[in-house]
Amino acid sequence: MIESFDLTQVNWARAQFALTAMYHWIFVPLTLGLAFLLAFFETIYVRTGLEHWKTITKFWMRLFAVNFAIGVATGIILEFEFGTNWSNYSWMVGDIFGAPLAAEGIFAFFLEATFFAVMFFGWDRVSKRFHLISTWMVAIGSNLSALWILVANGWMQNPVGMAFNPDTARFEMENFWEILFSPVAISKFTHTTSSSFQVAALFVIGISCWFLLKKRHLAVAKRSIVVASVFGLLASGVVAFTGDEGAYTVAQKQPMKLAAIEGIYAGEEGCALCAMGVLNPNMQPGDDDDPYIFAVKLPYVLSILANRDPNSFVPGINDLVYGNPGQGIVGVTDRMDSGKIALDELARYKIARKVGDDQTAEAALALFRQHEDDLGYGFLQKPEEAVPPVALSFYSFRVMVALGTFFPILFIALLFFTMRNKIESQVWLQRLGVLSLFLGYIATQAGWVVAEVGRQPWAIQGLLPVSVARSNLTTATVQTTFFIFLVLFTVLLIAELRIMLKQISIGPEEN
Amino acid sequence: MFHLIKNTALFYRDGFRSMVLGRTLWTIILIKLAVLYLLSQLFFQDYLQNHFSTDAQRADHVISNLTTTHPPSTN
Repeated sequence: MIESFDLTQVNWARAQFALTAMYHWIFVPLTLGLAFLLAFFETIYVRTGLEHWKTITKFWMRLFAVNFAIGVATGIILEFEFGTNWSNYSWMVGDIFGAPLAAEGIFAFFLEATFFAVMFFGWDRVSKRFHLISTWMVAIGSNLSALWILVANGWMQNPVGMAFNPDTARFEMENFWEILFSPVAISKFTHTTSSSFQVAALFVIGISCWFLLKKRHLAVAKRSIVVASVFGLLASGVVAFTGDEGAYTVAQKQPMKLAAIEGIYAGEEGCALCAMGVLNPNMQPGDDDDPYIFAVKLPYVLSILANRDPNSFVPGINDLVYGNPGQGIVGVTDRMDSGKIALDELARYKIARKVGDDQTAEAALALFRQHEDDLGYGFLQKPEEAVPPVALSFYSFRVMVALGTFFPILFIALLFFTMRNKIESQVWLQRLGVLSLFLGYIATQAGWVVAEVGRQPWAIQGLLPVSVARSNLTTATVQTTFFIFLVLFTVLLIAELRIMLKQISIGPEEN
Repeated sequence: MFHLIKNTALFYRDGFRSMVLGRTLWTIILIKLAVLYLLSQLFFQDYLQNHFSTDAQRADHVISNLTTTHPPSTN
């Protein structure tokens, strides 16, 4: 399926949010991962007492500061957009998001901000040990900040621990721990942070390889490569493990997303995983054609990933849209009917409450509660609207996985040649290392495309489609702010790249 | 206690004074915050805050959107 661009207001709001989030995500993964790498570099310095490790730590800390300064506050723009472009959504989730975002603010402020100053201003002014603790605190604090944001995102993908209040039109929190420890939230946090560690490792490797190509700062570059490769390799193991967990939770909680990621239209038992392939661009929900023009398949693997059982049934888009009674799958068509009952009863409840007809209000509320799990489906006009953009989900997933498979091989190769002191003669590997800096960013952005495009049309899974989550604004208003941000982000990115390149060019201050 | 406050203040003062790269970064941060503040005032008005005066009105508006709107197709 090839997606066409629909330039309605809601799609401009989606584009603006995607632009802001993707720009924000240029800086965040490097902050999360490089903070830990700084802590490792400094730990080696404190344990060995060798000054060159201090030089290394201070150099990467400088680049960390540049990244942090340009990235700081870009997340605030997302919060502006919630209130402006997505006011229905913001109102409805305010009670759920309030606690995690407040916790994020407290952690970010007290841990990061407090120890940040010691990390930058404290060299030779506080004890080595206290400085090291501060660096670790910055690393832990920044990653804990990410936890709360990702818990909020995880809730949108798997809304648990809440109840809808028809009087306030809000999803109200009933169980904080259920939200915090939701399998989707945990899987999202662990996969996102570990993949961010890979990005940071590739950043250090890319710049170190550039030094090797230029025959500058060779000792700093080689030591940095060793630490970053080990860190990246360990992170790769976690990425693979959490990616597997993520696939399982998606299969259980968002089967339509999994079907789109795999381009499966007709579900089957003993389902194969498409390792690589080209989708049939003419395929539409309901078609019986082969969804692939070309595909390399791994038999039974998708059934294992989705259900931990090689012979289990994995539903396709057609099963989920039109239903499959044999497999006990209720289709979107039936859920739309149920959702419309929920909406009708909600309207009846509100009217009854206004006129003081408690008996009718009670009856309407009871019926609403029976159908509220399908609330979001009531807004769909045709069942095919529940299908996310298949091609974008399918190809983004393969880009992410292919790069995620390549990175550990690169880390091992770099570690092997550097430990044998042969890295200086491996120009091809140095060039690959520089290129991989950019590949890390492509992989992490592709991951977010899979996560967010794959859950469309939902702002809150099954409960609120994006088309209802929006504000009542004109298209022109949203278009204007989209282009303002496009210009602002471009200018800021150029500024960052210039400062970053200048600092890399200056290099570490070696004696 | 007084010494602790004084030492902390001096720590920050000396730290800021000795910044080299940090001056450029702080300049960028302050310019960015000013631009964002300006944009938020000009373009980013919280829709529900600005159009309604009470939470009950906001809730009614959202419920009305939920129960009466026929949203455009999203895919």
